[in-house]
Amino acid sequence: MHVDPEIIRLLAFLVGVIAFAALNAAYLVWLERKEAAHIQRRIGPKEVGPFGLLQPLVDGIKLMTKQLIVPAGVDPVLFKIAPILVMVPAIMSFVTIPFSETLVARNLDIGLLVIFAFASVNVLGLLLGAWGSRNKYAVISAARVVSQNVAYEIPMLVTVVTLVMITGTMNLHNIVTQQLGGFWNWNLLNLSASPLMPVAFLIFFVCMLAETNRAPFDMAEAESELVAGAFTEYSGMGFGVFFMGEYANIVIGASVATILFLGGWDCPLGLFPGVHWFLIKMYFLIFTVIWIRWTYPRTTFYGLLNLSWKILIPISFFNLILTSAMLKVF
Amino acid sequence: MSAFAKSEANETFVLNLGPQHPATHGVLRVKLTMDGEYIVEAEPVLGYIHRMHEKMGENRTWAQFLPNTGRMDYLHALAYNHGYVSVVERAAGIEVPERAEYLRVITAELNRVSSHLLWFGAFILDLGGFSPLLYAFDDREHILDLLESVTGSRLTYCYFRFGGVYNDIDDNFVPGTRAFIKRLRERMPMYHNLVTKNIILMKRLQEVGPISAEMCRKYGATGPVCRGSGINFDVRKHEPYSVYPEFDFDVPVYDQCDSMARYMVRMDEIEQSLRIIEQGLDKLPEGPVMAEKVPKIIKPAKGDYYHAVETARGSFGVRVVSDGSNTPYRLKLRSPTFSNLSLFGEACQGMLLPDALALMGSLDLVIPEIDR
Repeated sequence: MHVDPEIIRLLAFLVGVIAFAALNAAYLVWLERKEAAHIQRRIGPKEVGPFGLLQPLVDGIKLMTKQLIVPAGVDPVLFKIAPILVMVPAIMSFVTIPFSETLVARNLDIGLLVIFAFASVNVLGLLLGAWGSRNKYAVISAARVVSQNVAYEIPMLVTVVTLVMITGTMNLHNIVTQQLGGFWNWNLLNLSASPLMPVAFLIFFVCMLAETNRAPFDMAEAESELVAGAFTEYSGMGFGVFFMGEYANIVIGASVATILFLGGWDCPLGLFPGVHWFLIKMYFLIFTVIWIRWTYPRTTFYGLLNLSWKILIPISFFNLILTSAMLKVF
Repeated sequence: MSAFAKSEANETFVLNLGPQHPATHGVLRVKLTMDGEYIVEAEPVLGYIHRMHEKMGENRTWAQFLPNTGRMDYLHALAYNHGYVSVVERAAGIEVPERAEYLRVITAELNRVSSHLLWFGAFILDLGGFSPLLYAFDDREHILDLLESVTGSRLTYCYFRFGGVYNDIDDNFVPGTRAFIKRLRERMPMYHNLVTKNIILMKRLQEVGPISAEMCRKYGATGPVCRGSGINFDVRKHEPYSVYPEFDFDVPVYDQCDSMARYMVRMDEIEQSLRIIEQGLDKLPEGPVMAEKVPKIIKPAKGDYYHAVETARGSFGVRVVSDGSNTPYRLKLRSPTFSNLSLFGEACQGMLLPDALALMGSLDLVIPEIDR
């Protein structure tokens, strides 16, 4: 029987992507705990395995062996489907991400669009889970998630549109190829296209924090206000899957930032480009995300709305106009 | 399910905050009537940890009630010790040696610093910042070690006795305390740089959670809450007790009336308390720590006595009525947080939930002390 090698390749990549997402979700928890501990002058996990490296495994076993509680009064379908709606799109997004010249599951011409399309489903998952929980704290959290979504996606997408205007393509592979050859070629420092490029990166990064519900924009789960927000009624693996989805989304966000602004797999000095550089940049961004979480208190959601509508959106639109003018002139 | 199905014409719903909720720091329950995320009405519901301390006082001898005082406000237990022993000493006419009074002031002020440090960490935790809590606990640990060496316990102190304190300090206490003062003074600028000047914190506290001076008077709010509203009232200054008149310290007063003002009052109070402790260590006289002629069984003369002290949360007053027997006829405890919490319902009207919880955090509630 003849099997198309493309199918085998896709299957291998699919397994690889899921494994990568799951491994990241598990070990980012470890990284988060270790990093938080060192910021707070503690040691962090250290008992299970060397440096506590087996801790995620044990946590996973604990979560999986817990009873799956579906509280009385919840909408059973929405309640069960919501964690999957958060997890699956995150894994799907990995399909289009080029980790190196050759390491990409599916090189799509609309790769960027696919990622943002899937990223929006994440919000839907949180909203449905919260609504299906029939818990007042969860519903407040859902309302916050939606208003937050409207606020941060506009500056983010305007920034991305600016970038697409410069690169002229939505193919992630081509976007990286254009930036190869050293850090002065990266979009972050592409000052001839727009002098505001570093600011655009900052806007993108802030919006990414909001998109992934990370501190200081973690209003959706705000544990000191809403107990656990959308996750209040979830326990065991329902919560675990939500959690994995959240971390997978952080990885996606950091990857997209790496591809769009930091030259993907390019080496800063133009030597030995490869997947290792992609991972170094990506994990550096993730490290920063965690660092921010354990440093800053939470804003309020109207704080985020003010930041978005009064600062980020005007700047990103200004950048858009400036870039298009410069593209026209030069 | 029903709560959503039959929302009424005015579209409000009731949110039950507590008695188990991360922001209420204990078993406080607040019944919130909400319009979306705006608070229409807030009603604190008390009594989940009521232990009838006042009634217990009437059923045991004067001395037997002493340990109870440390179990009301477990964060500033020594001030509660101080309030109760002072009123009994006043009733029974017991003279306290000067060294004992100095030790009382030094340890009570150390305890005040530890209480404010814990509040500092817990308040930032309410605002979603986790890390400062562990730094504050690190500093607080030094105080607990110092007080443990003197009082024998780490939280629910019962160190003061009628006529003095039960134990003199050891040789390590004075150098240890001086080292701690030096350490905390070095760390306070760090707290101010990293936390107070943080832009997110400033946005969340400044001009948020207004409590007017009028409202403070109306509800009898005392302590940092009223001093953050521009009322210069501190029992240590205005109704001096113990040896406080001999110390040179300022009462920090801010008149912005917002959560930031209350935050700043407490942060400044830590520094003022350090000044008091330092002066106390300098002036500490030699001598006995216990009055010599204290009767084994205390029977104060018939009468009605009141004494107030300044705790970390405000003015704590004890009123005792003695009928001349070995048990109090009536014991009334006026706890500061009860009054401070009472204004929450009025103050948080029309506020958003996160801001109201920041306001609640700035009141520095200790629930066992509200319920008693």
